[in-house]
Amino acid sequence: MSRFALSRRALGAAALLPLARPAFAQNAPIRIGELNSYSRMAAFAVPYRNAMQQAQDAVNAAGGVMGGRRIEFVFRDDGSTPGDAVRVAEELLTRENVAFLAGTFLSNVGLAVADFANQRKRLFLATEPLTDALTMAQGNRYTWRLRPSTFMQTRMLVEAIRGRNVRRWAIVAPNYEYGQSAAANFKRLLPAAIPGAEIVAEQFPALGRVDAGATVGALGQARPDGIFNVLFGADLTAFVREGNTRGLFERRTVVSLLTGEPEYMIPLGEETPEGWIVTGYPWEQVTGMPTHQAFVDGYRARFNDTPRKGSLLGYVTVQVIANLLNKANTLDNEALVDALRDLRTDTVVGPVTMRGIDQQGTMGTWVGETTLRGRQGAMRNIRYADGADYMFSEEEVRAARRT
Amino acid sequence: MQWDFLLVQSLSGLASASSLFVIASGLTIVFGVTRIVNFAHGSFYMLGAYIAVTVVPWLLEIDRSPWLFFVGVLVSALAVGALGVLMEMLLLRRIYRVPELFQLLATFGVVLIVQDLVLLVWGPVDIPGPRAPGLRHGVVILDQRFPAYELFLIAVGPAVLGLLWLLMHRTRFGVLIRAATQDREMVGALGVNQAMLFTGTLFLGAALAGLGGALQIPRVSANSQMDLSIITEAFVVTVIGGMGSVPGAFIAALLIGQLQAFGVLIFPKITLVLVFLLMAVVLVIKPWGLLGKPEAAAGRVVLPEGILDPRPLDRAGKMLAALGLAAVLALPLLDAYAVKVGTEVLILALAAFSLNFLVGNGGIVSFGHAAYFGLGAYGAGLLVVKAGLPMEPALLAAPIAGGAFAALFGFFVVRLSGIYLAMLTLAFAQIAYAVVFQWVEVTGGDNGLVGVWPSRWAASREVYHYLVAAVTVAAIILLRRVIHAPFGATLRAARDSAQRADAIGVDVRTHRWLGFTLAGAAAGLAGGLYAFSKGSIDPTLLGIPMSVDFLSMLLLGGIQSVLGPVAGTAAFHAAKDFFMPLTDHWRLFLGLSIIAMVLVFPRGLAGAWDTLRRRRA
Amino acid sequence: MTLLSAEGLTKRFGGVLAAKDVSFGLEGGEMLAIIGPNGAGKSTTFNMVGGQLRPDAGRVTLAGQDITGMPPRAVCRMGVGRTFQVAQTFLSFSVIGNVQMALIAHHGQTRMLLPDAMAMHQDAALALLERVGMAAQADRPIGELAYGDVKRVELAIALAAAPRLLLMDEPTAGMAPAERSALMALVAGIARAERIGVLFTEHDMDAVFAHADRILVLVRGEIIARGTPEEVRADPEVQRVYLGHSGTRAAERARRAHG
Repeated sequence: MSRFALSRRALGAAALLPLARPAFAQNAPIRIGELNSYSRMAAFAVPYRNAMQQAQDAVNAAGGVMGGRRIEFVFRDDGSTPGDAVRVAEELLTRENVAFLAGTFLSNVGLAVADFANQRKRLFLATEPLTDALTMAQGNRYTWRLRPSTFMQTRMLVEAIRGRNVRRWAIVAPNYEYGQSAAANFKRLLPAAIPGAEIVAEQFPALGRVDAGATVGALGQARPDGIFNVLFGADLTAFVREGNTRGLFERRTVVSLLTGEPEYMIPLGEETPEGWIVTGYPWEQVTGMPTHQAFVDGYRARFNDTPRKGSLLGYVTVQVIANLLNKANTLDNEALVDALRDLRTDTVVGPVTMRGIDQQGTMGTWVGETTLRGRQGAMRNIRYADGADYMFSEEEVRAARRT
Repeated sequence: MQWDFLLVQSLSGLASASSLFVIASGLTIVFGVTRIVNFAHGSFYMLGAYIAVTVVPWLLEIDRSPWLFFVGVLVSALAVGALGVLMEMLLLRRIYRVPELFQLLATFGVVLIVQDLVLLVWGPVDIPGPRAPGLRHGVVILDQRFPAYELFLIAVGPAVLGLLWLLMHRTRFGVLIRAATQDREMVGALGVNQAMLFTGTLFLGAALAGLGGALQIPRVSANSQMDLSIITEAFVVTVIGGMGSVPGAFIAALLIGQLQAFGVLIFPKITLVLVFLLMAVVLVIKPWGLLGKPEAAAGRVVLPEGILDPRPLDRAGKMLAALGLAAVLALPLLDAYAVKVGTEVLILALAAFSLNFLVGNGGIVSFGHAAYFGLGAYGAGLLVVKAGLPMEPALLAAPIAGGAFAALFGFFVVRLSGIYLAMLTLAFAQIAYAVVFQWVEVTGGDNGLVGVWPSRWAASREVYHYLVAAVTVAAIILLRRVIHAPFGATLRAARDSAQRADAIGVDVRTHRWLGFTLAGAAAGLAGGLYAFSKGSIDPTLLGIPMSVDFLSMLLLGGIQSVLGPVAGTAAFHAAKDFFMPLTDHWRLFLGLSIIAMVLVFPRGLAGAWDTLRRRRA
Repeated sequence: MTLLSAEGLTKRFGGVLAAKDVSFGLEGGEMLAIIGPNGAGKSTTFNMVGGQLRPDAGRVTLAGQDITGMPPRAVCRMGVGRTFQVAQTFLSFSVIGNVQMALIAHHGQTRMLLPDAMAMHQDAALALLERVGMAAQADRPIGELAYGDVKRVELAIALAAAPRLLLMDEPTAGMAPAERSALMALVAGIARAERIGVLFTEHDMDAVFAHADRILVLVRGEIIARGTPEEVRADPEVQRVYLGHSGTRAAERARRAHG
């Protein structure tokens, strides 16, 4: 599919006319609105969209859903701001007549669309936003999330260092909600995993503008035994390079969120540090998931590229949606929401359940250590951490969602 | 803390300062000569990095020598310089005679285009560059390891400063640059080939930006967000140093580098706002930056940029306005989504109109108008979410919040003039942004707050649309009235000649302050309406991109007419809404549209309308 | 009572003494010229009176009231009108609009938010334009006028404040010779008819000797001579350091013309 895919609106003249359309014709495709930061976060979002198209075609080739109807995703850029995203969501609902919404990348965008969905009483399946608030304090009936949240991924990492004799910890995180809440989760979970552990330094550089030299200097000065890193993207590359040269990571345990995902690992290249404990997606090493290899092969053949974490997420998203439609067998959003409750789907990463109490999916991720293979980063000692084991406790959910 | 650590931390600061200076020096030279506020400077920086990560590895394949690395860096810088020449010849040369603000808008169009071209050419994945051969290691300084490459960077800044000094004092080109910086008209009078001078200046400026970007590749990977992350900081350095002053930029960069290096030790979250705090403090104390000079144009008699003749609407104008109003009222009959877009256009039109009250009518160019829009949204939103008030009183609070903060910031802002004033508004906007961003307990941080929906009676799209239409149209009519009233005329008079206004007994500063407050209140009202149309508030409402959007709407419409900004908002928003669903590369098309507009309608849509009518008459 | 009195005005810029102990007085209806070579301190003195500069020492009183160091807008409200070396007008306004604006300011109406500014004070503005001979051009944009006419409008603007004192910095600078004497005659006529004091600096010796009642000669910040045009012309010191040959000739010409 071309990047310049034309939508109906491109045909211009119809732009202001009401689009009369036999929306409920028996065999009309089911349209699903998918908005994401395709422009600003293209490194993640384009592989994500690719895999969604791959999955959509697979579903349709296998006979569609709800007894023979095709599914059709309508992709839109969300403008990367809540204001734009809400307008785009409105456009998808009113003009494109989509059945419900999925997608978004940034947490603030995800939250705004979630609240919009609640207001309009439409299902919103958030895929990428990691903020805990989406399913906790600001959760609502219509908003569901598939991907493991900040809390879940942090918890997976803290489990990985349980009992180690690493007491002095420094935290470095981008200065925005994702970084702050990852740091807060880490601080909260650490004492139970390593009794007597303390936080000796925290650095919160502005997102995308890390002053790596000053940050590395400040962290090193605190003489920590371990470092919890939440930086990603360009900030991560700069931080790793500076830290490597200055020896920040030598003889230290480093725990790092998302670093093992191809999106962030590929740009690190030969700078990939050795032995960091990370969450990620080592797609070429995945075992014990029978359909995963087929997904990878199909993706590589079709797009001439290796899959990213976004690709996996996109594929699983479509699988869950197809299953949901089959189970609900209606496009009524109330029924869809009810059908999602504790819906179990067999996906390429195994069974995924949409837990009813906090509307969070149990999709997991891989935990392992970074290593350098040739001039590329890779993961070793991997294991799949099933999200079901790392969710918030039911008491916590009830407490958070009551207010 | 130990001395060795402090020394090394200070060296880190010097390395950052040096890099920042190389970039900012280009910006300040370009501004000094052409008086163009070149937003595209950050794009040149980004292009420098991208070209370097392409060229340098290729050269290093031949031989891994340090020399080839630096040859690659220089080649990249020269290539970017050539792109600067291209921009000058294709675009800037055609618009030197149009108002300064339109030049700024055109360079912003270039930013959008380059962003998408970079994605098209190099793809979305960050590209790490090779490290410099021979400078990969760390040097041990007093027991602390410090990257050799950064020691080299520390030397680059002073070297560039020295070379620029030689250029400025030992070559005819440099002497001309200095002369033009001091008095642009004089160079024209001397019969210097201005086109050649400007082309050369753009080459130098772009090459310096490219050099800055290329030198970064051993430290950061080339990525598509580099442009915007550097441009604000480069502007801050330029302004703190004094626009046009290369030594000033050097001092400012040193200051910022050291403050960052030590600031993070005490306040780990300070980087978000530190540079803007520094800029605000410097400008409040030294209105022309550290080494800048007051604009020489004070005694000159030139036609002001802005509203020239706020004559009442003629028949055609009245018909157009009536047509617009009818369209606003008829929208709900057409299409549900059109209503949504129409509501937004109305809200943004009020914001743009209030900005033109400052820019067009008062000659007070604000780069941070979104701050008052956003603070109005927060004023209303917080009352709903935190205090549980309904929409009606919350909407009343929006203009109060916007106005109150405009009064507070405006108190300092109106003491300045020209580009420095604009940059101070930007600094205050960023400070407000940082506070909203960081004060998580109250504002919800960058996630913002949700649940800001209208009262039940206004909950439907259509009713809310009519509510917005009533409020915004009333506010616009009222503000338009103020423009024609003595208060508006006084602001215009002070814009034309502050000296004359003073001499007829007008307290210029107080009037500007009141005008700033009024515009802030109107923007705040728009912000409140916006919050209820979206259901949420978040810091992007106060951000620089929002302020730039307002300026773009205003300029597209034309600052010289009273109602132009309203048309501009509709055009801008419609263009964005048209391209966004069409392609991922909507920024490319938006940028191209902006540039086309500037070239075809250098006085905005309203200017074009005016020309059309005069030709008919 | 003396309308304007300056006593011991002194101003330093860095190490340079721009004005030293400058004192003079001015009556209503009187035209007082300050002359001197470039850099003699004319503008400095002038700006200390008008409020643009605050003197390091000395006092300025207007009809007995101390106005030393007051900002220009306050000085204006005390009844002082001012014109500038390069005419300062509101370029985006029409000719009459400029005068209306000055009247609005004079009446303290600049903060009114609702009435149409250009419907206010029309008659008064037109009357002022009449006095400077510009009524016929009232509706033209001021940017279209010849420079001499702009200077006349500027005079009307200054008169809008019903001043007791006019401060005119090089009123004829940049004008054609014929326009110069016409403007100075206009100013002198208005000043004498309405008992307005006029303090002006001037390079054009013809204008000075033809219209000034008294002249102050400043050199290097100090007054070296003062008196009627005849007295100043006769002063050997003035002739030596300033007027020189051409100045004397101009003075002669002026005397003959007014013979």
